[in-house]
Amino acid sequence: MNEPQRTAPISVLLGAIGAIRSAILPAFAIAFSGIGGGDRIWVALGVGLAAAAIGTLINYVGWRRLTYTIGESDIRVESGVMSRTARSVPFERIQDVSIEAKPLPRLFGLVAVKFETGAGGGEDLALQYLSAAEGERLRQLVRQRRDDEAAAAPADPHTRAAIPADETGDVLYALTPGRLLTFGLFEFSLAVFAVLGGLLQYADNVIDLDIGNVDVWRDWLEEQGSTVASLGPYIQAAAAVAGLFGLIAVGMVTGVVRTVLRDWGFTLTRSSRGFRRQRGLLTRTDVVMPVHRVQGLVIGTGLLRYRFGWHGLSFVSLAQDAESESHEVAPFAKMAEIAPIVAAAGFRLPDDRTAWHRASKRHRNDRTFRDAAIFGVLTIVTAIMAPTGLFLIPLGAAVLSVGVNLYAWEFRRHAIDAAQVYASHGFLSPTQMIATRMKLHSVEIVQNPLARLRGYATVHLGLAGGQFAMQGVSLDEARALRAAVIETIAGTDYSRLDQAPENQAFSGAQSGLSSNFLAT
Amino acid sequence: MDEHGEQPDVRGGLNPKLQGGDDQALQQGHPNHPKAMRVQALLMAFPALLGAIAAEYATPFWPFAILGPVALILAVLVIFLPHRRYAARGHALSDDRLRVVRGLLFRSDTVVPFGRVQHIDVAQGPLERFFGIATLTVHTAGNHNASVALPGLGELLAREMRETIRAHIRRETV
Repeated sequence: MNEPQRTAPISVLLGAIGAIRSAILPAFAIAFSGIGGGDRIWVALGVGLAAAAIGTLINYVGWRRLTYTIGESDIRVESGVMSRTARSVPFERIQDVSIEAKPLPRLFGLVAVKFETGAGGGEDLALQYLSAAEGERLRQLVRQRRDDEAAAAPADPHTRAAIPADETGDVLYALTPGRLLTFGLFEFSLAVFAVLGGLLQYADNVIDLDIGNVDVWRDWLEEQGSTVASLGPYIQAAAAVAGLFGLIAVGMVTGVVRTVLRDWGFTLTRSSRGFRRQRGLLTRTDVVMPVHRVQGLVIGTGLLRYRFGWHGLSFVSLAQDAESESHEVAPFAKMAEIAPIVAAAGFRLPDDRTAWHRASKRHRNDRTFRDAAIFGVLTIVTAIMAPTGLFLIPLGAAVLSVGVNLYAWEFRRHAIDAAQVYASHGFLSPTQMIATRMKLHSVEIVQNPLARLRGYATVHLGLAGGQFAMQGVSLDEARALRAAVIETIAGTDYSRLDQAPENQAFSGAQSGLSSNFLAT
Repeated sequence: MDEHGEQPDVRGGLNPKLQGGDDQALQQGHPNHPKAMRVQALLMAFPALLGAIAAEYATPFWPFAILGPVALILAVLVIFLPHRRYAARGHALSDDRLRVVRGLLFRSDTVVPFGRVQHIDVAQGPLERFFGIATLTVHTAGNHNASVALPGLGELLAREMRETIRAHIRRETV
């Protein structure tokens, strides 16, 4: 067990395929560019082959020279062809092991294994590719070693209590194919046109055909235009409607395809270690999020899906792993399904007892006035400069903006209770944020000149891995809020955060404080 | 702040204009801070002034059409602004938290509890070293306010404050 091991030999083959893939484009570019006259096809072929051969060789040597060793207390990886690197990561520093299976390695039953240490700058240890069984074995091993160490150190009772019996926890949330289809329809996207545009651009660069040339398009348009003009007005209208429906259909199909690719077989399970999420049709990912690393929750929704009662839940987690992986744990669910996940993460959803505070009315009035004034100026300008009647458009917009601002105010609110802070905003698709008071890092009260004049402020709460702000809070309220939050966080040091007892335990100690706050 | 009482020369006094509503009385920075800001503004103003002089000669407008306004703006930036900015700044160090207030137009008022400080920097540029002042920066794990800088402290005071915060962190962790 303790001797150095290599990754799976097929990794070399996969690396070689990667090298060939990256050699294809330059080869094509040469073939179609005009370098080397008539022989350029051969030049291109030669360059492509050479690139592929060199890539394969480098991959092979790299594979030969990379070994990993599972030690008693750490995992060591030695790598490097010319300059050798040996990296050692102690088991107790490994937060978790995530496993990713991209389509090609998946064909060979291989996975990429990443040891997440929570180190900044993406300096996580990764091994690609190992057999799926080996990956799973490593994950189990790391957990076991960690637990052994935790058990050996009696100072840490929290982790010792959490020795996993096995990895199959309760399924908290799963996307059935039917649900996935509904989800896909709401993920309406016209990104496919952007991709097509990009491809055209690319083809324009590589192939001699001049797609950017206006004349080509104008000829085509005139040709088509004359055909269209020869049809009657009803047929034209029908064609326009058909085109619109076509667009919608394309958008929906894109949405469904993208969603199915990303979220096929989405399963969220709660094991003793934390939350485990598996998803993906071609690229299968398997991520574990320890409960104590969840800093906050975001419950989002969409313009349309909100009307049907659909919401999405994601975790706010430490900053370093926020960049590559989203922490969506229930992308498409009813609130009733979200509630148990929230509870499992140690949070509480706001209920009837939550004392919501609206943003200050002065904030609302100022915003309304500001937006209306912008359109008002536009109205005056158009009334003077543009043909008569056109000024009605910005005037209408001004009236509309007043209505929107007044309505949006109903949704801009915040609350604080014994253990958590809440904020929500957005009137067409309200987004709600929940964070633990304990896990905040700083409080800032910001005021622009107008806000100072009118006595309100924006409160920014420092949240690891996310942003948390409450807008338009009256100054007294902001100060009371800050005092209450700081009182909570000053009590516990950062290093104890992970072991901090569950939120409920604080309710008793902090209730006096928060009732003070609510009284203000 | 009693424990720092024996070195009154390295800190400014209380800032009476800034005692806005909160429990913690705000301290002003080192008196040399506005001077340092002024020198810095002067250094920044110099290239702008040269540019304005060049533009003045190059363009056919009447005399001082460009140089006049530019010089006026720069004069405000160099002469008036440093003191105003200094007066708008304040900080307070209590048993378990650091409060930093700054901003002339856009006010910001930040509180960082010591328990959430990841690490602490004391930095001195050449100008700051000349004026005997330093910048204390505390880093937190939050995305917002990942680092809170407190410039214009007396050099000694900045180190003292760093020790205070560090001692607190060590006490909490052990």
